[in-house]
Amino acid sequence: MKNHVWRPLFVVIAIAIGILLFRAFYVPSDFGSQEQGYTFGYHRLSNEQEWKDYPEKYKGNDYCNECHDDKIEELESAHHGTIPCENCHGAAFDHPDDPEKLTIDRSRELCIRCHAKLTMPSSDRNDIPGIDPAKHNQGEECSECHNPHNPSLEDM
Amino acid sequence: MKRRDFLKNTAVFVAGASVSVSALDFITPKELFAANPQLKWGFLVDTHKCVGCGFCVKACKTENDIPYEANVTRTWVERYVIKKDGDVVMDCPKGARDGYTTKLLDQNHSGMLLVPEDEIAQAFFVPKLCNHCTTPACVQVCPVGATYQTADGVVLVDRSWCIGCGYCIMGCPYGVRFFHPVEHVADKCTFCYHRISKGGDTACAQACPFDARQIGNLKDPNDPVAQTVLSQRVGVLRDEYGTKPNVYYIGLNKEVR
Repeated sequence: MKNHVWRPLFVVIAIAIGILLFRAFYVPSDFGSQEQGYTFGYHRLSNEQEWKDYPEKYKGNDYCNECHDDKIEELESAHHGTIPCENCHGAAFDHPDDPEKLTIDRSRELCIRCHAKLTMPSSDRNDIPGIDPAKHNQGEECSECHNPHNPSLEDM
Repeated sequence: MKRRDFLKNTAVFVAGASVSVSALDFITPKELFAANPQLKWGFLVDTHKCVGCGFCVKACKTENDIPYEANVTRTWVERYVIKKDGDVVMDCPKGARDGYTTKLLDQNHSGMLLVPEDEIAQAFFVPKLCNHCTTPACVQVCPVGATYQTADGVVLVDRSWCIGCGYCIMGCPYGVRFFHPVEHVADKCTFCYHRISKGGDTACAQACPFDARQIGNLKDPNDPVAQTVLSQRVGVLRDEYGTKPNVYYIGLNKEVR
């Protein structure tokens, strides 16, 4: 059938088949409406597992406790016992294999995250002992005088 | 065709069409609920307990490989200062990555502002993160099916499927989405899906020394977060958008946007 009407129709059909073939190979088999329906659940199902397999960096105090139980015990009785180890010691990653040693953040900037005196009348920040970083022994590391694990002023 | 027949046929067609639509509507929500009735993640923020140390922001950035120096973050902490004359001053330098260490409020191009102590009526911190809405606007606008809601209520982005069009970043009423400068896709809080799925805590909740942030299962009546949400006065952000957020706040003021 050599007809100027039919020929473009065949071209269109060929393009449509081509697109459908490409789609069949390109779109993963688990792609589609999942449990949450078309509006909120239209996705590739295996991506959920990919997010679940994302590597953890922070391991938590229980992980630290497996080897450093002596330090944890010392900390628990002190005011700073509520602060997770990794906030100052850095994320564990795969310590002790990689990295072998963690870099401890002893900077003033770390301590004044909580201990810079602010006026916050409707926040618990007001109850934390605070200093004016510009006036309080400027340029010195806090840990030179204060023991970070037991910051009590009586034991200083 | 007679007018009588036309009206009769129209009535029959309309009745038939409306039945099929309502039948579809009837099936879908039931299927949705049956999918996973045991688990729905929710988050609880206590604004009284937050002291603005910013350890949550730091932990989140490290845990989720968000470029540390880039001005993007999955979670942040805002500072609100409400003056006695009713003015509200707010700031959030670097998303509070380094905490709040000065009384000066960062007003961007207007410079730093000091509110005198005797003019302050209220001042507090508000941590923010993705609300993992029950009806997320960001998911609805995605043209390729790259962002979605899991059966347990977490909103995620498929990095291999996202085309980076930015519709979801514009669509989120809470501004929690951003363009990842390294992955070149839309990025957002995942509720640390890799941690909570293994029974752990989110990185931000674990880093908080004051338990201002908690994650829990809203479907479990014995879960501390679910109990608080059910029994105490909690609020959500921008309720009027109808997105049904799953991040609940204790001590939320009307001034908080």
